[in-house]
Amino acid sequence: MPVARRALVLAASAALLAACSPSPAPTTSSSAQPAGSITELDYYADEQGSAAWQKILDACAGQTGIKIERQKVPTSQMLPKVLQGASSKTLPDLLFTDNPTLQQVAATGALTPLADYGITTDGFYESIVKAGTYQDKVYGVAPGVNGLALIYDKDLLAAAGVQPPKTWDELKAAAAKLTKDGKYGLAFSAIPSEEGTWQFLPFFWSNGAELSQLDSAQSVKALQFVTDLVNSGSASKSVVTWNQNDVADQFVAGNAAMMVNGSWNLARLDEQQALHYGVVPIPVPQAGAKPVVALGGEVGAVPVTSGPAQQAAGKVLSCILSEPTMLQWSKAHAYIPSKTAVAAKFGTEQPAMQAFVDEVGSARSRTAELGEKYPKVSQALADAVQAALTGKLPADQALKAAQQASGS
Amino acid sequence: MTLLAPAVAAPPRAGRKPRRDNRFAAWLFLLPALAYIVVFFGYPLAANVVMSTQDYTVKSFYTGEAPFVGLANYAAVFGNPLFSTAVVDTVLFTAGSLVFQFGIGLALAVFFNGRFLGSALLRSLLLLPWLLPLVVSGAVWRWMFDQDHGVLNAALRAVGLDAVPWLSSTGWALPAVILTNIWIGIPFNLVILHGGLRAIPASLYEAAALDGAGAWQRFRHLTWPLLRPVTGIVLMLGLVYTIKVFDVIMVVTGGGPANATQTLTTWSYRLSFQDFAFGQGAAVGNVLILVATVFGLLYLRSAKATLAEAAA
Repeated sequence: MPVARRALVLAASAALLAACSPSPAPTTSSSAQPAGSITELDYYADEQGSAAWQKILDACAGQTGIKIERQKVPTSQMLPKVLQGASSKTLPDLLFTDNPTLQQVAATGALTPLADYGITTDGFYESIVKAGTYQDKVYGVAPGVNGLALIYDKDLLAAAGVQPPKTWDELKAAAAKLTKDGKYGLAFSAIPSEEGTWQFLPFFWSNGAELSQLDSAQSVKALQFVTDLVNSGSASKSVVTWNQNDVADQFVAGNAAMMVNGSWNLARLDEQQALHYGVVPIPVPQAGAKPVVALGGEVGAVPVTSGPAQQAAGKVLSCILSEPTMLQWSKAHAYIPSKTAVAAKFGTEQPAMQAFVDEVGSARSRTAELGEKYPKVSQALADAVQAALTGKLPADQALKAAQQASGS
Repeated sequence: MTLLAPAVAAPPRAGRKPRRDNRFAAWLFLLPALAYIVVFFGYPLAANVVMSTQDYTVKSFYTGEAPFVGLANYAAVFGNPLFSTAVVDTVLFTAGSLVFQFGIGLALAVFFNGRFLGSALLRSLLLLPWLLPLVVSGAVWRWMFDQDHGVLNAALRAVGLDAVPWLSSTGWALPAVILTNIWIGIPFNLVILHGGLRAIPASLYEAAALDGAGAWQRFRHLTWPLLRPVTGIVLMLGLVYTIKVFDVIMVVTGGGPANATQTLTTWSYRLSFQDFAFGQGAAVGNVLILVATVFGLLYLRSAKATLAEAAA
């Protein structure tokens, strides 16, 4: 019966195909599995951050009695991984992702409101709550936040007789004076991605520009200021290729006297015995103004998985957000606790962190105004910065093009 | 695979319809490969084509809902000023990489074809770029290209030349990534071409030498024509590999500065994973697949012609 046999083979091959294609079946961590263990996904892939985070997870696993299976991916893999999980319904039970991506994930409907687990946002910085809020519900909360400040080499500034700058004029003068002997006065990152936008936003926002209008006069002035720093030689032309780690490398190597960077790099600077650094808030356009930096940090979110797993994830997240854990994490990874009262205490205990603590009060959430539309605008802004810094377009034209690209 | 066992184990209908059974057995042997192709190439390809006609957003991944928009994604991609940039960069990157990879690879292959002390050792050292993970090579080249402290500019300064803004100028960044990719691609060309050279009988060279042919003449009239089938394979594979290069560019420049090294692959990634315009990202990907397919078909045709020539 060759015909019958053929039919059998066809059926077998169809089964084989079905077995290979992504199954639409619900996640394995469904109600069948006891919620005694959960999966967790984060992007603390660097050695220091990863070790510090593991300690936090271990502590909370001990406190809650819930086993945590951790997965970590490089930052760039985070969103692809989450999207994969969303499409195959295999999201982790607990997710820690960069706060501007939360809007994207929340928009899919894959996250649950944290109020379901009794997690409130009382006492948290308003800006981080805003970053975690999608359509009036809080989907993500961070145990610690971060921002950018100006980190300077005390010895080099003293040798040049320069005070840490507070305003743009002072920054320009200081950077020019410190640029000599093959060293640059200032280093920052201006790569064509979110990292570049994030480093430009303190200049953009402190000057009163808004993401809804990229080509405003305030925005042009901010970009012109940064461009002038590069064109005058006070900052290397290579800033368009440096990420924040490269910037820290340049600073540690003594190739730059000042840098715009985040608190999470301080542990690395502390390792250098010979390096004496100081931290001040990012200089502002006029004396007396408040610097407005973008709020950074990862928010914890609970994806839609199954009842028991979600409840367990909520319990673990509550533990991570508790004050002792928050403080432990902030110390270990040089973050700022995301509760105002805890942060104030932390700042007085850790003088190097005080500048960052000061700035968090006036920091802004990147996605508060634009929500899901933020990534496109951010990319357009990063492009404009690149175009201006490489001399491809004058600042005003670069920003005009960015406004067009982000609006379409 | 165990699912297939009943079919195989079924009692053979010996002698009844032998020809039919043979054909059937042939299909059976083909089945795993066929299934593999359908699952791992056919399905993603079809899915990519479908995706390029949809308004696919982050939300679609979760809900599965993505409205069809016809050719709107293609229109958006072709209308984007970055499209021409990406096409030009892709062509320059591919052509530049191929010409030099092949040229240098061939020269090295000819060089190593002569037997001399340490030839094998040197040759295996030259394979190193091939064995390194691309991300590692890319990162090292990025260091070497550094404008102020990179070793390349240090060398230029040492001989009295000006430093080159390798990665920070829109004019130099593309040559820089091409240079990196050439370095990575040389071993592949060297190995295949060296293999091809080994297949040419030494007696031909001896005869040519007796006829008084010089080194250049031997290369021009013996090596080059006899190497032609291998050359075709090397160039065609090189083309398909190079046109889809992604990691090298991503690590060295990230597509910048100011989009100066944006190729179709990096742009497709950017559209998908930075702008979240998955439909447009898929559309760019399809354009790339189409181009690679055209060249693939051209290769198959020329390979057929070569085979026919050889048989005749």
